[in-house]
Amino acid sequence: MADEIIRLEAVTKAYNTGLPSQTQVLHGVDLTIHRGDFVALMGPSGSGKSTLLNIIGLLDRPTSGRLSIHDTDTGALDDVGITRLRGRTIGFVFQYHMLISAFTATENVMMPMVIDRGFPSSEIEARARGLLDEVGLSAVADNLAPNMSGGQQQRVAIARALAMNPDLVLADEPTGNLDTKSAADIFALMRRVNAAAGASFLIVTHNIELAKRCDRIVEVIDGRITQYGNAGRKGATA
Amino acid sequence: MNPLLPFDWITALRFLREGRMQTGFIIGGIAIGVGVIVFMSAMLAGLEQNFLKRVLTSQPQVQLLPPDQIARPLRFGEGEFAEPVVQRPSQRVRSIDQWQAIAAEARRMEEIAVVSPSMTGSALAVRGEASRSISLTGVDPETYFQIVKVPDYLVAGQIRLSSDDILIGVDLAREIGAALGDKINVTAASGARRVLTIAGLLDFGMKAVNLRTTYVSLRTAQSLLGMIGGVTSIDIAVRDIYAAETIAQRIAAAHPVQADSWIRTNAQFFSAMRAQINTNTLIRVFVGLSVAFGIAAVLVVSVIQRSKDIGILRAMGARRGQILRVFLIQGGLLGFLGSLIGSALGMGVLLYWHSVARQADGRELFPLILDPRLFIGAALLATLVGVLSAAMPAVRAAKLDPVVAIRG
Ligand SMILES: Nc1ncnc2c1ncn2[C@@H]1O[C@H](COP(=O)(O)OP(=O)(O)OP(=O)(O)O)[C@@H](O)[C@H]1O
Ligand SMILES: [Mg+2]
Repeated sequence: MADEIIRLEAVTKAYNTGLPSQTQVLHGVDLTIHRGDFVALMGPSGSGKSTLLNIIGLLDRPTSGRLSIHDTDTGALDDVGITRLRGRTIGFVFQYHMLISAFTATENVMMPMVIDRGFPSSEIEARARGLLDEVGLSAVADNLAPNMSGGQQQRVAIARALAMNPDLVLADEPTGNLDTKSAADIFALMRRVNAAAGASFLIVTHNIELAKRCDRIVEVIDGRITQYGNAGRKGATA
Repeated sequence: MNPLLPFDWITALRFLREGRMQTGFIIGGIAIGVGVIVFMSAMLAGLEQNFLKRVLTSQPQVQLLPPDQIARPLRFGEGEFAEPVVQRPSQRVRSIDQWQAIAAEARRMEEIAVVSPSMTGSALAVRGEASRSISLTGVDPETYFQIVKVPDYLVAGQIRLSSDDILIGVDLAREIGAALGDKINVTAASGARRVLTIAGLLDFGMKAVNLRTTYVSLRTAQSLLGMIGGVTSIDIAVRDIYAAETIAQRIAAAHPVQADSWIRTNAQFFSAMRAQINTNTLIRVFVGLSVAFGIAAVLVVSVIQRSKDIGILRAMGARRGQILRVFLIQGGLLGFLGSLIGSALGMGVLLYWHSVARQADGRELFPLILDPRLFIGAALLATLVGVLSAAMPAVRAAKLDPVVAIRG
């Protein structure tokens, strides 16, 4: 089996811990993601998909359980350590075009690298332009973020998610507000990048057609997960 | 992106640029505040300097006079006065006792630059039918003109004081119908008379002064006022003008003279100046506070507007400290840019006001003092105020939970 990137063991998440209004969102989730995996995360609204994604993406911490990245227990890291690890191993694609409107497409893609290194440079810019070229956006590379279509913005976001050569790209309904054609394009793009760059993908989607084209489907129902393999793809269990 | 700027500076600049409207308005507000301070401070400094220059060139910094003659009440016994109302005797013109010794000792003092004995009394200037009462000052031109810059006020003729010369004000000359080179009769109260030649005409810028002030040689004054060998005042210029009062007190303690310093004779000016400075400080504090509140308000709104951006930056690996700096830098930049524009604004108004506001005689109301320290100080202070007032919004931004920010 391929290298392990992320391992969740008995992860739970409760909001308002200790209050009468406490809600348990995740109940003992075990999940492993390997290098090169292309996984769909499905489930009804409110089942805990975004919560799980935020925990895996180190944006949020589990209430209990263990999250390891490359065999490092993330519970032991402080905020600076978590932030650095997040910047270097995880790329995010959000549902709404989450670009920074003060920057151009190229600059948005440069941002993760500039944050990591402290200063911009011509290599960083060249890499950003290369990534935009890969997602087919050379023509609008110097447009400010708001001056692009939704599909274009989402492709910029994918390019940006890949900027740091992450091990894992987390995409929360990346095609949720795109038309069917654009959604299929974006999905195909991610699949291509997955094959070319070797980055693993964990994609939240409600589109079963798209989910079927993933290696695996992880279904979240009421904070518990069930996993299915897809025909002809990698193994069904962790 | 400028490769010389780090992430936090680039982001701060972009955020400011994107929020042009807010940025423009708050910078405008800061600029007006700083402009007012710059204008006020520079004008105040100019007025003070102007006053000092005028005072210090038109009167001695320390003047030694004969002591006041005091009438002592007669006392009959314990606590009983024969005459409860004590009337001051009229002060007649008297010479300073032992003036040579006092002057010689003053000359030996380190802190004293120039010592010049002089004699002042009243006389009558007569020409034909016209006569005017004048104040006659006999001076030693060598030393006296170093203390009181009479030559600065010469408008015609020359500063020449041989025993038959007199320098008079332009208004006196006009009133008695005399011109440069004319002879006038000067009669003292005692009846002594001299015929003197008008060697120079002076204009002090004030008619009352121009009508009364005249200068003759010390000897001429002594003989006219009937006090050969005497002087009514010893005029002194000191090295440190602000030490004048302590020097005056020391001399008064050691000798039977009354010593007046320019600080005491202009006490009113100093208290007015102090009040002005206090007011100025108060205005600065309040302008500073309103600038601080303005910047804080703009940045608090900006943090709310940009919470998604902040969340994305955090998701992409920006640390809390970096986010904090993005907003602190914005505050500092707002203060700095506002103070630059404000300084230019204040200077512009100052230049305009300087060219428009004139004294009655057309001379400048105040000298233009453009002290670079004023501008550097304003810029430093405004930047500091900007950074400090950005602290609260910046901490809020840094504490923002990326999950909440992104879910928005
Ligand atoms: N900060 C929070 N405080 C309290 N409850 C929360 C918070 N965030 C999420 N929840 C709750 O956790 C549950 C799971 O939310 P989550 O956003 O993970 O659902 P989801 O599966 O992503 O749904 P959707 O498909 O609608 O995006 C929901 O019931 C939600 O109300
Ligand atoms: Mg969700």
